[in-house]
Amino acid sequence: MHKFYSHYYLSDMQKNILRNFLLISVFLLSLNSYSQHETDPQKPEAKKDLKTKIKEDIRHHVKDSYYFDFNADSETGVYHGFSLPVILIDNGLHVFMSSKFDHGKKVAEVNGNYYKLYHNKIYKTDASGTLSLNEHLHPTNAKPLDFSITKGVFGILIVSLIIFLIFSNLAKSYAKNGAIPTGVGRFFEPLVIYIRDEVAIPSIGEKKYKRYMPFLLTVFFFIWFSNLIGITPFGMNITGNLAVTAALAILTFLITQFSSNKNYWKHIFWMPGVPVPMKIILAPIELLGVFIKPFALMMRLYANIFAGHIVIYSILGLLFVFKSYIGGTLSFGLALVISILELLVAILQAYIFTMLSALYFGFATEEHSEEH
Amino acid sequence: MEKLINDFSYGLFFWQTLLFIALLLLLRKFAWKPILDAVSEREEGIKDALGEAEKARKEMHNLKSANEQILKEARAERELLLKDARDIKNKMITDAKDEAQEQATKMIAQARESISNEKQAAIIELKNQVAELSIGIAKKVVQQELSSEEKQTALIEKMLKDLSL
Repeated sequence: MHKFYSHYYLSDMQKNILRNFLLISVFLLSLNSYSQHETDPQKPEAKKDLKTKIKEDIRHHVKDSYYFDFNADSETGVYHGFSLPVILIDNGLHVFMSSKFDHGKKVAEVNGNYYKLYHNKIYKTDASGTLSLNEHLHPTNAKPLDFSITKGVFGILIVSLIIFLIFSNLAKSYAKNGAIPTGVGRFFEPLVIYIRDEVAIPSIGEKKYKRYMPFLLTVFFFIWFSNLIGITPFGMNITGNLAVTAALAILTFLITQFSSNKNYWKHIFWMPGVPVPMKIILAPIELLGVFIKPFALMMRLYANIFAGHIVIYSILGLLFVFKSYIGGTLSFGLALVISILELLVAILQAYIFTMLSALYFGFATEEHSEEH
Repeated sequence: MEKLINDFSYGLFFWQTLLFIALLLLLRKFAWKPILDAVSEREEGIKDALGEAEKARKEMHNLKSANEQILKEARAERELLLKDARDIKNKMITDAKDEAQEQATKMIAQARESISNEKQAAIIELKNQVAELSIGIAKKVVQQELSSEEKQTALIEKMLKDLSL
């Protein structure tokens, strides 16, 4: 149980650090705006535009996209990157490349249906692409079922491919080299053993851990690699997407429920070893806990990575706001430090997710004899 | 919260679930199972090898102690043999001494006996010769004494005188 709480502390500490950096960056930003105001009072609009632009760029970056853009200038409308396939289900399956939208400037016509990309969402429109907006400026047009290969899905594919290549090669290298790994396997094998010896066996137990090893290993390396690829200049934000973390957390939840035994449910509905009134009070709390645990898994990973991306991009944005040697150097240094921190967060969050999943599996399969 | 729900991309959710499960199944077959098997096999191998080494070490130790035991026994035996030899030597010397002593004593006794025998014999012979000589002298004396009648009568008378108390 000790280990369980210490992770909460760690992740809290992590969040605090990130929050502090965010505060510092906001502070620096405000300082700069004052100084600029003094020196350049006649052009406040241009300055506001730059900030708004940076804000929009950050928001654009952390969101999923129908394009794989390395670099974009929304002002001139020049995008460097490539389009990705869009898959819509709307009275049949429609597959086309996102280049048809031309970043929202054109109405895509597919099999007699018209679609328009507006604020990164696809809406069904008429031939001229009219969108009827409500009072919150949200379009009220119908949205087709969207299973597009977005930037996120593309990232998932790349990460999956990398993981598969690394570990299938590691597996093959054993046969060739007499059970001794070669190349990158030398680096990854200890991690596999670490997950087995320090995560799975202590949490689940020597008898049952083997069944959960594939999931734990896959989830660990998937999250870690996704986090790492998020720090690269390609700017893919995989684990900073709620949909991705939700999918992972739901898998943990389902595995926990399907592998649970009688003892697990007894601990939830009729906690042994406490007086009857306590049992009655504890039951709804414990039952709620069943859902809160995977929810916390989902939110923790999402929030950490999302926050990390925002912080790095904000500090990088400061470079353009400062436009001075001192400020530029400062924000570059800060961005570098936070990027290094993000490297740590990348593996830490993967570890926490894996560790907690293993603990939940351990709770679900715990035998009655192990009374606590 | 509303924004989070609004932004939730079910398409991404669908693909993530699908691709993750596919990745999980593929990795389970082509990576995790062979890797974990190989690792545990290797660990077993190391454990076995260490056990073997320990066993060999113990055997060596046993062998060494057995050798030492044998050496010790041999040394003890040698000691024993040497002691025996020494004892035998001493005994032989003592025995020889004793025998010599005995022999000497015996010889001395024999010599003494033979000396006394010789002495006795010599004494007896001396006695005999003295007797013979005495008899011869006596014979000659008697012959001379008894050569005349008067002399014989004087002797008888003298003897009769001596006899008469």
